[in-house]
Amino acid sequence: MSEFLILLISTALVNNVVLVKFLGLCPFMGVSKKLDSSFGMGLATTFVITLASGACWALEHYLLAPLGLNYLRILTFILVIAAAVQFIEMVVRKMTPELYRTLGIYLPLITTNCAVLGLPLLNVQQSHGFVMSVTYGFGSSVGFTLVLTMFAGLRERLALAKVPETFEGAPVSFVLASLLALSFMGFAGLKLG
Amino acid sequence: MLMPIVSVMFLGLFLGVILGYAAKVFAVEGDALVGEIQGMMPGTNCGQCSFPGCAGAAVAIVKGEAAPDCCPGGGKALAEAIAAKLGVSLDLSALADAGPKAATVDETICIGCARCYKVCPTDAIMGAAKQIHSVLQDACTACGNCTEQCPTGAIGMQPIPVTLDNWNWPKPVLA
Amino acid sequence: MGLRDFLFGISWGVHPDDHKRPAADQALRVLPMPRHLYVPLLQHAGRPAKPIVHEGDHVLRGQLIATVQGNVSAPVHAPASGRIIKVGEIPAPHASGLGFPGIVIETDAEQRSVPADLVSDPFALSPEQIAERVAAAGVVGLGGATFPSAIKFALGLRLKVDTLIVNGGECEPYLSSDDRIMRDCAADVVDGIRLVMRAIGAGQALVGIENNKPEAITAMKTAAESFPEVKIRPVPARYPMGSDKQLIQMLTGREVPSNARAATVGVLVHNVSTCAMVSRAVRTGMPLIERIVTVNGGAIAQPGNVLAPIGTPVQDLIDFCGLKAGHEKPARMVLGGPMMGMTLPNGDVPIIKGCGGVLALDANEAELPKTTACIRCGSCVNACPMGLLPLEMAARIRKSDYKAAEELAIDDCIACGCCAYACPSHIPLAQMFNHAKGELWSREKQAKRNERIKNLSAARQARLERDARERAEAAAKRKAARAAQQAAEKNSANSGEASA
Repeated sequence: MSEFLILLISTALVNNVVLVKFLGLCPFMGVSKKLDSSFGMGLATTFVITLASGACWALEHYLLAPLGLNYLRILTFILVIAAAVQFIEMVVRKMTPELYRTLGIYLPLITTNCAVLGLPLLNVQQSHGFVMSVTYGFGSSVGFTLVLTMFAGLRERLALAKVPETFEGAPVSFVLASLLALSFMGFAGLKLG
Repeated sequence: MLMPIVSVMFLGLFLGVILGYAAKVFAVEGDALVGEIQGMMPGTNCGQCSFPGCAGAAVAIVKGEAAPDCCPGGGKALAEAIAAKLGVSLDLSALADAGPKAATVDETICIGCARCYKVCPTDAIMGAAKQIHSVLQDACTACGNCTEQCPTGAIGMQPIPVTLDNWNWPKPVLA
Repeated sequence: MGLRDFLFGISWGVHPDDHKRPAADQALRVLPMPRHLYVPLLQHAGRPAKPIVHEGDHVLRGQLIATVQGNVSAPVHAPASGRIIKVGEIPAPHASGLGFPGIVIETDAEQRSVPADLVSDPFALSPEQIAERVAAAGVVGLGGATFPSAIKFALGLRLKVDTLIVNGGECEPYLSSDDRIMRDCAADVVDGIRLVMRAIGAGQALVGIENNKPEAITAMKTAAESFPEVKIRPVPARYPMGSDKQLIQMLTGREVPSNARAATVGVLVHNVSTCAMVSRAVRTGMPLIERIVTVNGGAIAQPGNVLAPIGTPVQDLIDFCGLKAGHEKPARMVLGGPMMGMTLPNGDVPIIKGCGGVLALDANEAELPKTTACIRCGSCVNACPMGLLPLEMAARIRKSDYKAAEELAIDDCIACGCCAYACPSHIPLAQMFNHAKGELWSREKQAKRNERIKNLSAARQARLERDARERAEAAAKRKAARAAQQAAEKNSANSGEASA
């Protein structure tokens, strides 16, 4: 049990998918202007990543590995992820039209979020079992949501701050992101287990 | 050779069936949003936004073809309400605001032809044939329909004068 | 009030140098009748009064020249006898420098008054009669809010208030007109307080006077000696002690909720000057046509309190008190106090009922320090008597996010200016909040207007449809009638044929 807890913490904080592995930067910068929508994006991504981790594990173990079709891995994974994203898009559109509109273009873009493809591939690379794979995906996406909402909250404050004209908008956001990444480096010293 | 083709086809088919089923379950009938936004619009169909009436503008706003602040009649209040409904942020300072205007009749050249009040979407013009017309400024949306009709150019858009009622403190310029 | 106030006493507000003396200690002077008086029609909260005189009319002192219009309004009386020379636009006592409707009177030498309407025992009058007399005299709150007093009486009676709070705080620096009225007319003030208590059915009156006015406290205590229900309560001198919500909390410990009136916590607030005017209006029927105005400031040679008719131009008052040698004109003229008063564009602006002072500031006092960036020190948060977050609101207003400022309860801001006074970066916070409130208000107004326009256009649509339908029906009827007629003709033709 403690093994899973360690995996959760290490994926969410120590090896944070955005700030340490630098995956999924595109929604990180794109959907972090408003706290509400970034949290919604985080939840949607969490769902997709967790689903994709499980589904891709099954795909790898029951289809690709037995048939020796390892070279089709990226292609088939993308197929599964795209389907999962389509699915979640329908759900979000039905359940919360407001969130659907705020996420706008970024919702289909979850497909091309490199974190979503990256995590199943890492799962295969590190030969995780099914539960381990799902935990790994879930922990990482919780880390993604955490960082995204934190960053959105900071950017909301930043929008009110007096920033030199040349730094206004994206530039100062990058400075902020780098500072946030630096602080997450601090978790590397965390002793787990 | 056959194996990869068959397996990817099988996978695609499987996912396609799932998605097809989901599309049925989670189908969204129409777009309730268009109706909601249309309800918020002034409903005068004045055409200042260059869309075919308020219904057309509502469709365009929902599709994202028009900005939430495209309705000059509604002004900042409407733009803010629509932006809140759509959940988008809006920079109201960009809203070109030359100040509110209202139609006024120049009584010296009005001939009382009664053409203008027939086209007024809000019945803001009072008058009768051979009587000088007058505008109820409170009800005027400055759509300009009447100015096109006037044969003598007696009706025109004038800025609403600043009075104690609508004067506001200027925004302080900060360092 | 939070834990902090409980532990360390009041922490809100600021303590500016009060500059009240020597002006407060000078005996009251009477202004010689100015040549022209500019009497505004809107000197109160509510709808403007409706003029009932015309150009060229001769009016007596105290004669009604404009009547009430609408539910919340107050009449206006002629402050002097003379001829009406204009009914139209006059300069408004407003920061914008715009004009508004008023009546200009050219005063005469005679100064005949309307006959007094004396009441020997005002305490025999019913509360309604008191309110009626006060309303007829055009008495409004003289503290600055200028809400018609009689309407407040009715409100107090309806909501069954138990306590009358009498505001002798006068916390604005430089001003001492309330101080003067308490020193000179303490008996009138106490009489007025008892009349107001009768009018609103309150059992006790608490008179809050800042402890920097010991003479006024002594005078009021002496005058109220034989009336135990009128209690004089000195309060610490601290700005804005004269704000009603703060004074109520100080004297009764009750906190007025956000967006609610004082009456909801069982109290009603009246200013000491208002009470003196109530006494006069009820006893003699004398309308509110003059008031004590403090003329003060670094540029004034003989600062002091002046009894001036309503409508006196500010310039006349300044000329009466004289400018110090070396000052051709004051660096800035302010109507009201330095914290909440408004800068005047020129001296033509008239004195109105709610105006307690005129300041002519010298260059030193009028200097505006340079604004620098907010350092987020929180001085404004400590100073805010309403417990708001001025720095947070200002940051949002700077980005024109007025809705966010509204969420931070900008509506509760009383525009006292404590935040701007306390700000080490000299950010004009009060002006920002005034701007934001105006902006929010105009959007609200526009939203209402949009709603109205929507109804209008829907009504028009309905009318056009009805017209079209009626026209179609009429056409159908005509067609049917014609068809019937044709059929009848045919029949008759046929029968004719047959008979032939």
